Amino acid sequence: MLKIYDGGLAVADILKEWYEEESLSNYGAFIPFIGTIRDEDGIDGLSFDIYEPILEKWFKEWQEKAKAKNAIIKMAHSRGDVLLHQSSYIAAVFSPKRRVALEFIDEFVEDFKASAPIWKYDLKNGKRIYALDRSTAIKGSGLLAKEQ
Amino acid sequence: MVRVEFLGPIQKDALELDISNLSELATILQETPQMKEWLENSAVAVNDTLVSSLDYPLKDGDKVSMLPPVCGG
Repeated sequence: MLKIYDGGLAVADILKEWYEEESLSNYGAFIPFIGTIRDEDGIDGLSFDIYEPILEKWFKEWQEKAKAKNAIIKMAHSRGDVLLHQSSYIAAVFSPKRRVALEFIDEFVEDFKASAPIWKYDLKNGKRIYALDRSTAIKGSGLLAKEQ
Repeated sequence: MVRVEFLGPIQKDALELDISNLSELATILQETPQMKEWLENSAVAVNDTLVSSLDYPLKDGDKVSMLPPVCGG
């Protein structure tokens, strides 16, 4: 389950929804990760662009990996502006046993940071500034810069 | 024609090009001054699948996307 929301996430509502969806599914562990916008470097918030076709494919691959471990994964992310102290990202793993979920949420969030087609901007003094220095080039980048 | 889209922070309108592989696209974009830095750090997808070879063939109606460095969360 992947859902994109405009603006900051309603954390309590989303977690409640996910919990209730799986409360009778016999999973022994529910491990959520909630990302929140910190007040730092004078920013007013962050803003996000998302390319959904590739995000959905990427997420589907992770759903398959989760399925192979008898687990499931859910994710919510913001599009557009998200203000300080709001959440822009929630991911959660449900699995029969805790160890699988703890390891899986770590691998999933790391790959999310390196591969998910989402672009982050700082909101500062009314401007939207691409956070290039905090971004990661997707594996295989630079193909079109090659000498021929 | 092949449609080329520039995603996220790349401030460039989409192109419609008559090309038959990624190598031809590389030649065109390498001659575009504002694209130099983005070519170095962007990944390339054809019809929403990431690709890794300049020989990748393109046909009429294909969509090429350029994906600059990402940072979700």
